[in-house]
Amino acid sequence: MNFPILTTLIFLPLLSSLFIFISKNKKNNLGFIYISLFGSVATFLLSLFLWYSLDLSTSEFQFVEEKSWINNFIKFKLGVDGISILFIVLTTFITPVCILSCINSVKDRVKEFLIAILVLETFMIGVFCSLDLVIFYLFFEAGLIPMFLIIGVWGGPNRIYSAFKFFLFTLLGSVLMLVAIIVIYWLTGTTDITQIYEIKIPEEYQNILWLAFLSSFAVKTPMWPVHTWLPDAHVEAPTAGSVILAAILLKMAGYGFLRFSIPMFPLASEFFTPLIYTLSIIAIIYTSLVALMQEDMKKLIAYSSVAHMGYVTLGIFTLTKQGIEGSIFQMISHGLISAALFLCVGVVYDRLHSRLISTYGGLVNFLPKYSFLFLIFALAALGLPGTTGFLGEFLVLTGTFQKSYLIAMIATFGVVLGAAYMLWLTKRVIFGVTKNSEIKTLSDVNKFEIIMLGSLGFFVIFFGFYPAPLMETFSVSVNNLIDNYQIAINSR
Amino acid sequence: MIDNLNILLPEIFLSLSIFTLLMIGVFIKNSFNFIFNLSSVVLVFTILIILNNPNDQEKIFLDSFIRDAFSNYFKILILISSLFVLNSSKNFIIENKLNKFEYPIIILLSILGMFFMVSSNDLILFYLGLELQSLSLYILAAIDRDNLRSTESGVKYFVLSALSSGLLLYGCSLLYGFTGTTNFEEISGQLNKENTGAVFAMVFILVGLAFKVSAVPFHMWTPDVYQGAPTSITSYFAVVPKTAGLALIIKFMLIPFSSILFEWQTIIIFLSIASMILGAVAAIVQKNIKRLLAYSSIGHIGYALAGIATGSISGYESSIIYISIYVIMNIGAFSCLYLFKKDGQYKENISDLSGISKKQPLLAISLLIILFSLAGIPPLGGFFAKFYIFTAVLEQKMYVLGIIGLLTTVISAFYYLRIIKIIYFDESVIAFEEVKNKTAQISIFISCIILTTFFLYPSIFNDLVGSLFTS
Repeated sequence: MNFPILTTLIFLPLLSSLFIFISKNKKNNLGFIYISLFGSVATFLLSLFLWYSLDLSTSEFQFVEEKSWINNFIKFKLGVDGISILFIVLTTFITPVCILSCINSVKDRVKEFLIAILVLETFMIGVFCSLDLVIFYLFFEAGLIPMFLIIGVWGGPNRIYSAFKFFLFTLLGSVLMLVAIIVIYWLTGTTDITQIYEIKIPEEYQNILWLAFLSSFAVKTPMWPVHTWLPDAHVEAPTAGSVILAAILLKMAGYGFLRFSIPMFPLASEFFTPLIYTLSIIAIIYTSLVALMQEDMKKLIAYSSVAHMGYVTLGIFTLTKQGIEGSIFQMISHGLISAALFLCVGVVYDRLHSRLISTYGGLVNFLPKYSFLFLIFALAALGLPGTTGFLGEFLVLTGTFQKSYLIAMIATFGVVLGAAYMLWLTKRVIFGVTKNSEIKTLSDVNKFEIIMLGSLGFFVIFFGFYPAPLMETFSVSVNNLIDNYQIAINSR
Repeated sequence: MIDNLNILLPEIFLSLSIFTLLMIGVFIKNSFNFIFNLSSVVLVFTILIILNNPNDQEKIFLDSFIRDAFSNYFKILILISSLFVLNSSKNFIIENKLNKFEYPIIILLSILGMFFMVSSNDLILFYLGLELQSLSLYILAAIDRDNLRSTESGVKYFVLSALSSGLLLYGCSLLYGFTGTTNFEEISGQLNKENTGAVFAMVFILVGLAFKVSAVPFHMWTPDVYQGAPTSITSYFAVVPKTAGLALIIKFMLIPFSSILFEWQTIIIFLSIASMILGAVAAIVQKNIKRLLAYSSIGHIGYALAGIATGSISGYESSIIYISIYVIMNIGAFSCLYLFKKDGQYKENISDLSGISKKQPLLAISLLIILFSLAGIPPLGGFFAKFYIFTAVLEQKMYVLGIIGLLTTVISAFYYLRIIKIIYFDESVIAFEEVKNKTAQISIFISCIILTTFFLYPSIFNDLVGSLFTS
């Protein structure tokens, strides 16, 4: 491959952010928004082209680019396979949606906000493209800077606490991963993951290295008990920040498990499966219960994210085909649904400046279009058949049943709890009696909001009925992942 | 004989220039500007001379003076950083009435001292160079003689530094007593583990050097002197003598003490861990930005020492890379201080920084880059500095040192974030004036460009440093 398509993909958003940086401040900010929309849509189209031209019949990494980076040490190596391409497309799809949401929600320092979002997009695409541990770490950590600023500068009243908590939690988890990466380098002589897959890390090191990686991924996922930064960050972040956080940043950890933890440390992955099961089950049940009690819509959705990510980690570590496919599907689906739910909250927040559930009620009488869209996403979030939410959870639970009935039954109970809090939320916000007289004056969703919510809703339902395009994309890669895992386990 | 003098050419040129400048200063009234500009020219010429000088190892004066790639690298680093420090501070010097013609000359003198330090291959030459440097630094610390704080910091620095020099000299004499020679290579041949006295000497010498680079527990002078001295001097203190001091520690570990590796390794590990922890923890509560930078520099020296503590060539290399990137970051950070001005006064309180993000967005984003880089967050330059250090540390399987070091980066990230919080998140309390200070702005710009584009070619320093230890 001569044309460095992945590098272009990574640096295209950065380039458009540079354009915004040097362009003059005009009276209205639409100019900036158009530039960034143009840049991010171009990135999206490029990523679609990448998906289209990806050979799905092989699990090899494709479009591999390799450049000398640090002499005799690390190569700048990029590549995609069936798993990562979906996350890349998700990233490039969510970013323009976020930029659209800025039109209504961000009033102050729009230029800087757009720059932060685009820089963040660069780092996020970089995470999913990198085939080298150090490059991965570089992008993984770099995302902290723009996200810290997004929460801190444009966030709500308690933004400083949340931004610090987010940054320090994630950094603390990640530095241990850095230690592990360097140790891997000295053990294997490379940080190129395709080579590490071949070399096999010695058994006595696997457990400790796996834990070091877990420390980073657990914070990012987030898994119980280190999930506490997430509700704070979500509540205080501006709408676009919450969307990116829920839709993409959380997926980095799930992706990390699939790309690094399982293939590099198969023995440790097997050894620690009970740990992950326990943490996932606690996350599913405990955070669902916590979500039931929330007064704040964003906090409720944030806790539901933790529960949904619990299914993801559960599915990944069943290490069965259904489980892992379900997890990937669940991540994509959660990326769309939680993004949409946060946008929905953002829509009413822009109008009433309140996230409290008690402020609302009976929206269906005055905002019918909005209520319709909200209902779609709420039902998708609780896993209604015909939406992506159902398929993800169903596959994960199928996978879990093959491993343990007990775990699967508890996890299934979580589905019921999920339905409980989502339906209750819908009842209180959309239906019911209108107590707040201000609601009568609210305008329904405008055309930008219809575009962003409608496009998300379309994909939620489309892939809910016809998941084949997604399933076919990652099927071969997942098979390969499981085969290699089985070989490693059996050859012990 | 004349050929041999080429080896010493940078030093000869520098000393002759210093004498000439001194004469000009004495005989021409109000010649500060002229001498200041001329000394910048001298620095540039010295760089050119060194670049022209071959890098192969040569010794003269009974093997007491050595010229090799190692000393040349450090000399160039010292010269370039002094050039930036000096020029970025020019406006500050003039506005604070520090524009005495001796100012640049004393700086040149201290540079000359450092040249002899990094080129020394003999205890006596090493000590002479160190003293020339230290004496110049005492004067510089107290150069604002009508200011109580500055004078106090000068005296404090003098007393403590003289004590440490005394310890160092005592160590040198012990070393001579136990080995019978002052030449580094001969000392190295004489030393072995049974030589308990030499271990004592090593401890004394290390204490002296640790004082010069302000490693904990010999750091007490740093916050006071940093805060008390005028900012232009502080920035010089933070950057240039640290570089030379670190070079000397590496030199001592590499040649004279190479045979008692285990003994000094333990000490350096202790110094490193203590500096990293204290630098991270003590900086959290600071309100004055110069004091904060003092603690931050203590922490950074801790990381650089961690590289040396490995006792391996790759560790020394990572340490040199670290100090080089540290110099770039600190030049940027201190240049920002020259732009914090309100009603003709330079502001040093961190809380005064609130609101520059709205009034001076470019300055704010530069500070953001520099601070995140100091915190070691990728993809900025500071991350690579730390990355190389920890790669070298973990290569030697020093897991405890590596993990403590990385955990302290998380703690230190907290106080850098606190400044960013004040800049970006807080409501503005006071607004700084628009300061026209081209040289400082250029320094900030260059520093930021290097830090942000470093990831494009991160092995730039590896290429330079990789050849230093081949001979």
